[in-house]
Amino acid sequence: MADQPLVNVTIDGMPVGVPAGTPIIEAAKRAGVLVPHYCYHPSLPSPAVCRMCLVEVEKMPKLAPACVTTVAEGQVIHVNSAKAKAARQGVLEFLLINHPLDCPICDQAGECELQDYVFQEGRSGTRYEEYAKRYNPVEDFGPDILYVANRCILCTRCVRFMDDVAKTPVLNVSERGDRAFIGIDESQLLDHPWAGNVVDLCPVGSLLSKDFLHKARAWDLDKSASICPGCTQGCNVNLDTRDDVVVRIRPRPNLEVNRHFICDTGRQDYRWLNRGDRIEAPLVREDGRLAATDWDTALDHVAALLESRPGPAVLLASGRAGTESLGLVKRLLGTRTHVAAVKVPIGDEAPLPGVPNLALRRERVPNLRGAELLGYTADWKRALSALPEAGLILVLDADLDVDEQAMLERASGAVVWFGTVLSDAWRRADAVLPVTNMAEENGTYVNRDGRVQRYHQAKGPVGMARPAWWAAGEVLLGRGPNPTAPATGEEAFALLGESWPAFAGLTYAELGYTGRVLGSVPAAEVTA
Amino acid sequence: MGYPHPSHPRETVVLSKHFGDPAARTFQGWVQRGGYQAIRKALELGREPLIEMVKQSGLRGRGGAGFPTGLKWSFMPKDDGRPHYLVCNADESEPGTFKDREIMRWTPHQLIEGCLIEAFAIRAERVYIFVRGEFTEVFPILERALQEAREAGAVGQNIFGSGVNVDIVVHRGAGAYICGEETAMLNALEGKRGNPRIKPPFPAQAGAFGMPTTVNNVETLAATPHIVNNGAEWYKGLSLGNPKSTGTKLFSVCGHVQRPGNYELTMGFPMKDLIHDLAGGMRPGRTLKAVIPGGSSVPILTAEEAEKCLMDYESIAEQGSMLGSGGMIVMDDSTDMVKTIWRYTKFYAHESCAQCTQCREGTSWTARVLERIIAGQGKPSDLDLLLDLADNMTGKTICVLSDSCAAPVVSGIKKFRAEFDAYLSGSRAPALQAV
Repeated sequence: MADQPLVNVTIDGMPVGVPAGTPIIEAAKRAGVLVPHYCYHPSLPSPAVCRMCLVEVEKMPKLAPACVTTVAEGQVIHVNSAKAKAARQGVLEFLLINHPLDCPICDQAGECELQDYVFQEGRSGTRYEEYAKRYNPVEDFGPDILYVANRCILCTRCVRFMDDVAKTPVLNVSERGDRAFIGIDESQLLDHPWAGNVVDLCPVGSLLSKDFLHKARAWDLDKSASICPGCTQGCNVNLDTRDDVVVRIRPRPNLEVNRHFICDTGRQDYRWLNRGDRIEAPLVREDGRLAATDWDTALDHVAALLESRPGPAVLLASGRAGTESLGLVKRLLGTRTHVAAVKVPIGDEAPLPGVPNLALRRERVPNLRGAELLGYTADWKRALSALPEAGLILVLDADLDVDEQAMLERASGAVVWFGTVLSDAWRRADAVLPVTNMAEENGTYVNRDGRVQRYHQAKGPVGMARPAWWAAGEVLLGRGPNPTAPATGEEAFALLGESWPAFAGLTYAELGYTGRVLGSVPAAEVTA
Repeated sequence: MGYPHPSHPRETVVLSKHFGDPAARTFQGWVQRGGYQAIRKALELGREPLIEMVKQSGLRGRGGAGFPTGLKWSFMPKDDGRPHYLVCNADESEPGTFKDREIMRWTPHQLIEGCLIEAFAIRAERVYIFVRGEFTEVFPILERALQEAREAGAVGQNIFGSGVNVDIVVHRGAGAYICGEETAMLNALEGKRGNPRIKPPFPAQAGAFGMPTTVNNVETLAATPHIVNNGAEWYKGLSLGNPKSTGTKLFSVCGHVQRPGNYELTMGFPMKDLIHDLAGGMRPGRTLKAVIPGGSSVPILTAEEAEKCLMDYESIAEQGSMLGSGGMIVMDDSTDMVKTIWRYTKFYAHESCAQCTQCREGTSWTARVLERIIAGQGKPSDLDLLLDLADNMTGKTICVLSDSCAAPVVSGIKKFRAEFDAYLSGSRAPALQAV
């Protein structure tokens, strides 16, 4: 791309150079101009049907749709000329004549492109008076999707997603003229493993998630850039929270990982972040029973345990733990013989056919690769079989089943438990440290392709919970006259390079919002 | 011959020579009438001289746009190794047009020969004749003619022993007006919803099944054998008006004339003679009020404008309308122009493919406003509203269906405003139930 000659155009007075073949709408983004649009989407083929992105191109007889008109050398383009604006105002008026204007009860309100553009440049009143609006009943399209036909502007993004990306053509445009609506194959449901994306793609409130229905108003949500914790793909997402409760996961564009999509499994997998049965205070064993205490006492207790219990160690970790926590907790083991393993639940792979290298992966944890880079094994059985001989057992929020809990109870070594939620096995522990889950901390995951990606804190921690890297850092480096324990995720991440060269020299700033592949040249700034 | 009435002496009978003669439908009958000579000549002539000949003849597309046919053929890539297609547009659905139907009905071999000639010229080994679904009579006639042509070695592998392969397939449409738009037709042919495609790419680059394709109207194709037989100069000589409009054209005259039907005229024939002489003039006691000269999609002409016109592309354009498909709708002074225009907009509102916003919503809104005016509930601002909607619907969509809906509204309001005002002021009684 870099050595390709650029085409120079002027958009609303701003000169820009873009590669040949770039549509005007993308060139305009480079010039800092957003051309209003509905049917265009950078991850879908462009049908140029909404006619909203019409722009004036000097020397062209008619207004040109910016989504399918590619740049030509020397073009002078006016996005906000009177002529282009009048055309868009016309489109907006047409779109609204059959639109119910039920924004007060519509989930999309606040993040609705129809609402936004009408406020931006639509008419203040309608000329379509005295006529009843077209009415069609709400349809149930599938497990999580409702279709509110009355709000539909027939941009066909959903149809194209199912046809060209999911390659499961179950949606269509039915009927003609102003009777048209989105139809579904009567013998099928919209239940493709990636079907939920049509809800995000819908620019209006026509396709709705049943899971999110009437749950929150868009303007009440806080959005935090995060990484889907569902599998090793590492899809970029936003965690949407309302009053410190995660209410929705939505894809965040990353053209190199997940483009604009996430799977339905990931989309639904957020409730565990809001669990109520959390460990809220450190617990240490005194006189045979666990008692709540403060962090200083608990950390002293853990440090003492580490010193007093020599011999081989076992570290049982969750693959959902961040790289910082996996690294620093493992450093607690120092030079002693140990087996460190992450538990990796396995599911069925569900690819999205239209996007290369994008699938819901079999390995259903986000940080398997990160754990491997830090010296963990995915051979969970090997770690379990080492339990009887272990003098020290560290558990990093691993989800143990009944058999595994029984094995832990039979083991004789000291148990230090870094945990988020209560389970029966933690009663066996000698110290329990309450740690944050991924929504409550800053951290990184390394996806299956070696891309290190940041997730940002989306909500406050519960009780006295702190990140596991903080607790481990305090034990390792927070003691003595010159404590150097990390205080932030960024500092913890910077420490990883000391022990694992793969991470040497990397910083959060360098990872940015789209991450960076380990061992690669700095990732080009990827935006969409 | 002639159909439904004998040819008028002032017609120039080329295409319609055998209309009404059932014997011309058979392969043998057609050969006896001089058929299948042109394709042999064309094969001998070779591709480039053939295309040059059609260019020289001045033949222009008879479907409505009037694009020079030879030029269109020359857009097809050469030696690109891909299959080429010829699609014959026989989806004649333009209100007021019924010429292609008669060509196929009486002289199917005329069309088949035209298809063979063009297929040879553009290196297409397969031709699709996309027939309007409602043409229930035409479909079996075409099928039978094709069968005979195949048996006679005129269609299929190695036609007339030339080594050239041309197969012809008749495809029946499902009854959507929009499938007469060439790219919508290609989509329908591929089994997709008949929505017009964005151009570029043009069909000559990526048409049917993504391959180079030329789409030509039935009448255009039917004219080519005559050009090959008689030469470009002969065809070019058939011109009474502007030299850019050559040859003969079938005009479908309907409406308030005494002898409606198809008339084959040399280009440049005076419109007033067509109406008042050939078509028998107005009914007794009636006078000419308006003419839609080229199918319902073109602007309306007043009587004065119509009587000045010659039947060629340029002269009608001078009067602000288009020759279009040659479907002439003649209206006398008993016509309610507001109702007529309303009926057209209802047609377009029904046939809009629903892709583009302006067309999907604008066509039916326009129809509703007109309906309200006719029901006596119009507002003084309605005419400005109609014109503004028409402006929003013109030149902004993928195809021209939306423009076609707007054209009669704009020309109607401009030329017959008094009738709209009569409804608005209440001086004309409401002619519809309230909406």
